[in-house]
Amino acid sequence: MPALMYPRHVKTGSTMLLLAGALAMSACASKAPKELPPEPGPATTTQTTPPPSGPQPGSQADFVARMMGSDTIYFQLNEDTVDSADQAALSKQAQWLQQYPNKRATIEGHADERGTREYNLALGERRANAAKNYLISLGIDASRLNTVSYGKERPIALGSDEASWAQNRRAVTVTVD
Amino acid sequence: MKKIIHLAAFGLLLSGSVAALAQSAPPATPVQPAPAAPGAPAAPADEDGGLQVTVSDDSDWQDLGIAITTFATDADVPTGTNAGSTAALGRALSQVVAADLKNNGLFKPSGPDGLPQPVYAQIQTPDFPVWSARSADMLVQGYVRAGAGGQLTVGCYLYDVALKQQLVKGGWQVPPSDWRRAAHKCADMVYSRLSGESPFFDSKIAYIAETGPKDHRMKRLAIMDSDGANHRYLTSGQSTALTPRYSPDYSKILYLSYLNGQPSIYVYDLGSNTQKLIARTGNPTMAPRWSPDGKWVLYSMASGGNTDIYRISSAGGGTPQRLTNTPGISIGGSYSPDGSQIVFESDRSGNQQIYVMGADGSNQRRISFFGGRSATPEWSPRGDQIAFTHVAGNLRIAVMNPNGGGMRHLTDSWQDEAPTWSPNGRIIQFFRTAKTAGTASIWQVDLTGRNERRLPTPVGASDPAWGPVRP
Repeated sequence: MPALMYPRHVKTGSTMLLLAGALAMSACASKAPKELPPEPGPATTTQTTPPPSGPQPGSQADFVARMMGSDTIYFQLNEDTVDSADQAALSKQAQWLQQYPNKRATIEGHADERGTREYNLALGERRANAAKNYLISLGIDASRLNTVSYGKERPIALGSDEASWAQNRRAVTVTVD
Repeated sequence: MKKIIHLAAFGLLLSGSVAALAQSAPPATPVQPAPAAPGAPAAPADEDGGLQVTVSDDSDWQDLGIAITTFATDADVPTGTNAGSTAALGRALSQVVAADLKNNGLFKPSGPDGLPQPVYAQIQTPDFPVWSARSADMLVQGYVRAGAGGQLTVGCYLYDVALKQQLVKGGWQVPPSDWRRAAHKCADMVYSRLSGESPFFDSKIAYIAETGPKDHRMKRLAIMDSDGANHRYLTSGQSTALTPRYSPDYSKILYLSYLNGQPSIYVYDLGSNTQKLIARTGNPTMAPRWSPDGKWVLYSMASGGNTDIYRISSAGGGTPQRLTNTPGISIGGSYSPDGSQIVFESDRSGNQQIYVMGADGSNQRRISFFGGRSATPEWSPRGDQIAFTHVAGNLRIAVMNPNGGGMRHLTDSWQDEAPTWSPNGRIIQFFRTAKTAGTASIWQVDLTGRNERRLPTPVGASDPAWGPVRP
């Protein structure tokens, strides 16, 4: 698509995400990355380091805040290629998933509206798998990763223009709380 | 057999199997076409091997003025229909007949409004001078009678006004809830007799009803008659439903649902209003299709990003048979009418193109070579054409021969996709998406591409699947 170059990562609402991310980062920075297995007994009750605000570490909200947009990767028209920008985003996702090894994630694959419905379901699945396979290559256990395709049924950008379609050709990683 | 006597007493002996009137299932009287009279339009001659590709064309029969009169009744009594008493029902019946022909651009129908209303005794003895004076070429008269147990008997007669001759007649007994079917049967009889084509009005459509904003759209399984009447939702909308297909006997619907989180193919039983997974694969399944005899189901399953087409017995059980096995996405599938071949789409060449294979997956070969992408092929019930979505910038409905030749676009809009054939292979329905708003609606077009119209649906509509003519 030589004539149609778009920002790989569209920064819709990026200011909000940045603020939330900054809060989350500071909250997280105050806490050493802890392992998840809950300690039974009263020890936990004495652990009174309340995250003042911001998402619960290890939660989907935390994942979204920490990713700052990198929970989503974008694809070219009819492509499922994971390019360097996607790789950077997936590496960031992998870091988080390694930090919370008990967390599972579903990768949602999507397509833009300019294709037929059934093919786009299969295409979304292919994109979700491309993201999944890259995460696996980074050491994430395959058993922690599911995929689901929504084809063109769940657009995030609502226009019928190239910029909207570029945002809708995506794979979104959603961690399972 | 009491009924025959009764009918005969009124001089309204119906053609075909009157015995069928005694059956509980809504019967259709097989109509014996009257001998072709001189001047009566014969079936258009098939040129080069049956490739007669028009519904509403410039054939002589297209210009026939047909007067459709209010159906008479022997006694104005209450009925169990939503149309009212037999007199009101007679009017409604003729309105449905007229609408069938009018909405599909067939003939030049008039009435029942503004036309003389024949009385019961005239149904078999039309007042021809009246209709000659009105320059009607053809005349449709009919009657409705309420019988025991609320059953309705509807008779339909087609006359050639100039010849003062009856061309064909038919009679049907239906329960009150099916009164519209009798009108569709009448319209089918008139259409078939005058055009030489197979009937199609008495048929149903499964589709997806869409409501809500573009990014949170509810998609529900729904059904309706071929004219949009008797609309009914089958699913609540809690889970997204897509791509339905009526079974050839109308007893079941295959469709995709997100009920269990993954897109999966269910078979919905209309008798029991229950559904079950067609195959427990643990993988996403999509694009369900029936074989023409209803014995097989095709579905497409994604695994590791690859999608291939499988075949499984519709009876349940049995091991799915994988029909395609190439890297990429192979999806969909539509059987040839004889069930021996399957047309499907695949991006194995790099982008979506249309392929044909044997019903067992043998001899896979590409047939689309005209630029752009080609998707969602559907084999005509007549076997002579394949309808598909051509993606080249816009999405358009097109047809081609089964060998890939003779490609023609039938629509030219921003986004038309997913064609489905009328039972007689003369009309194609599809869905059209509006730019930006993303609203979907069902449209139909004939094979000339000239007669295009939107189907009335209560809400947004997509993925039409036209079933066969009902028996």
